[in-house]
Amino acid sequence: MSRKNLVIAGRTFSSRLIIGTGKYRNYDEMRSAHDASGAEMVTVAVRRVPLDRSTESFLDHLNPALQILPNTAGCYTADDAVRTARLSREALQTDLVKLEVIGDQTTLFPDNEQTLEAARILVKEGFAVLPYFNDDLIMAKKLLDAGCAAIMPLAAPIGSGLGVQNPANLRIMREQLPDATIIVDAGVGTASDAAIAMELGADGVLMNTAIAEAEDPAKMATAMKLAIEAGRLAYLAGRMPKRLYASASSPLQGVIK
Amino acid sequence: MRVYVNGESREIQGTPSLAELIAELDLPAARIAVEVNREVVRRGEWVNTMLRDGDKIEIVHFVGGGFVPFCGSDNI
Repeated sequence: MSRKNLVIAGRTFSSRLIIGTGKYRNYDEMRSAHDASGAEMVTVAVRRVPLDRSTESFLDHLNPALQILPNTAGCYTADDAVRTARLSREALQTDLVKLEVIGDQTTLFPDNEQTLEAARILVKEGFAVLPYFNDDLIMAKKLLDAGCAAIMPLAAPIGSGLGVQNPANLRIMREQLPDATIIVDAGVGTASDAAIAMELGADGVLMNTAIAEAEDPAKMATAMKLAIEAGRLAYLAGRMPKRLYASASSPLQGVIK
Repeated sequence: MRVYVNGESREIQGTPSLAELIAELDLPAARIAVEVNREVVRRGEWVNTMLRDGDKIEIVHFVGGGFVPFCGSDNI
């Protein structure tokens, strides 16, 4: 694990923030937010081309310097996710894929079983797989054993903005998997949520809605950038232990009587 | 003959190649990817891939997301 940079499948990023490209009110707002975030990697989804009208390429609206991370968002089976990943590799000539296999429309929770099955197939085919999964240590180990390049546990349901719901699980994952690249994905709502994920030892955070649905996305993107830097520094600094009772900071001797 | 492009049935004349179909659909060839009967056909093979009656063709591109919830077995 690099202390300074985020390393994923041999690629080095100085920003530990990865952001989405959905839900923005317009392209200008998206670009401003991307610029402000300092993120070097963005996720995009794969969809059918509309045949009834000419369409411009969405990718033309992205800063060409950004690393594109295609995702399998919206897939409900391992088979669909594998096909989507193969199509994205063909179109973009990239082996990176953010693997999402959803199990339920209401919660958008991942189907861990299908995710693992798809991960095994894609790793064999040479993909650098970044799977979205429940914040579960055992699943994390299975995904790493399958050869995933990084793992992406959720903080809370996608788009919920609830923040890290189970900090203990993320902390345990960090402590038990010190060499894994852990990117907290989904559920961040505001800057403190991102900072908490980083303080718990995440190597990075992926978010979309928290920035896109903010009243001022560029301002929120800046806040997220700073929060992630602050959280990372706090993690590296090693926080003080929590105590139930007070511990005076000032000397107890010499108080006037 | 009849083929299915992104789930839509299409009657086409003759036996065109995949490259000809994509040209006829007036799609930008850059940054799209194509599957015929669930197998990716690499760009360099479009011209050599002759379509057959009943072929199911998927042509995809990239959109903004994060999560875009309306895709599943029926769609792709």
